[in-house]
Amino acid sequence: MHDFSPLAALLGGALIGAAASIFLLAHGRVCGISGLFGGVLRRTSDVPWVRLAFIGGLLAGGVSLRLLAPSVFEASSDASWTLAIPAGLLVGFGTQLGNGCTSGHGVCGLGRLSLRSLVATGVFMVSGFATVFAVRHLLGGSP
Amino acid sequence: MKSVVASFGAGSLFAIGLGVSGMTQPSKVLGFLDLFGAWDPGLAFVMVGAISVYFLAHRLIKRRSRPLFDSHFHLPTRKDLDLRLATGSAIFGVGWALGGYCPGPGLVAAASGAVPAIAFVVSMAVGMKLEHLFSRRLARPVAQILPLP
Repeated sequence: MHDFSPLAALLGGALIGAAASIFLLAHGRVCGISGLFGGVLRRTSDVPWVRLAFIGGLLAGGVSLRLLAPSVFEASSDASWTLAIPAGLLVGFGTQLGNGCTSGHGVCGLGRLSLRSLVATGVFMVSGFATVFAVRHLLGGSP
Repeated sequence: MKSVVASFGAGSLFAIGLGVSGMTQPSKVLGFLDLFGAWDPGLAFVMVGAISVYFLAHRLIKRRSRPLFDSHFHLPTRKDLDLRLATGSAIFGVGWALGGYCPGPGLVAAASGAVPAIAFVVSMAVGMKLEHLFSRRLARPVAQILPLP
């Protein structure tokens, strides 16, 4: 059983929603991390500095958490290592093809009541459920 | 300058939210995706918290004539459902479930120095670049890809 704290989950979620709202108020754009990061990798994209600053803020947040609350990160296992590379390739390719990830479609898209985002979120959730089921319960692995 | 500071602040707050909610831990994400195991409902609570705040805030913000640092809003207007959306999301779901990272938590965990997360972010960048090249090919007229005699 996992240690599950509904209050921390709700509060953390509210902070994520607040961050995405600040981004909307400031820039008038969807706060989708795969879109912002993917744009940095293109030779030409609009508002490159806004993208870089947001990604920089995420990374600075990661460094701060590491210094102030290291327990929010977990020790990595061998399994996490071997799967990280195919996982990254699929996440990178899939989010660009499908125009979004958990933040852009899941938080902002559902918050805006977008039908495309509802479909995208439904599809990646079901595909995630099926993948974990296959790996953990059919193949007996432990991603 | 203010625009860049706002963006940096939003990114930092987003990262703190991910940390507080437990989403920087792949085991929490995989616990949620493991419907038929020891299911962890945490991610659903995170989504409810985030979507509720964004739903309310976006309704208020959309009343403005323009955002603070841009001349107009740039929100998606497409309503059509296509194969790209579904295929891309399905591929993303598989990758998400293999590593327990989506792009945001991957970047935050990479910044913490977690080596698998760094490997994840580098290969995610490669996957994104591959898609950009692939889409550019598809966008060209078919005649250029398959020159017919």
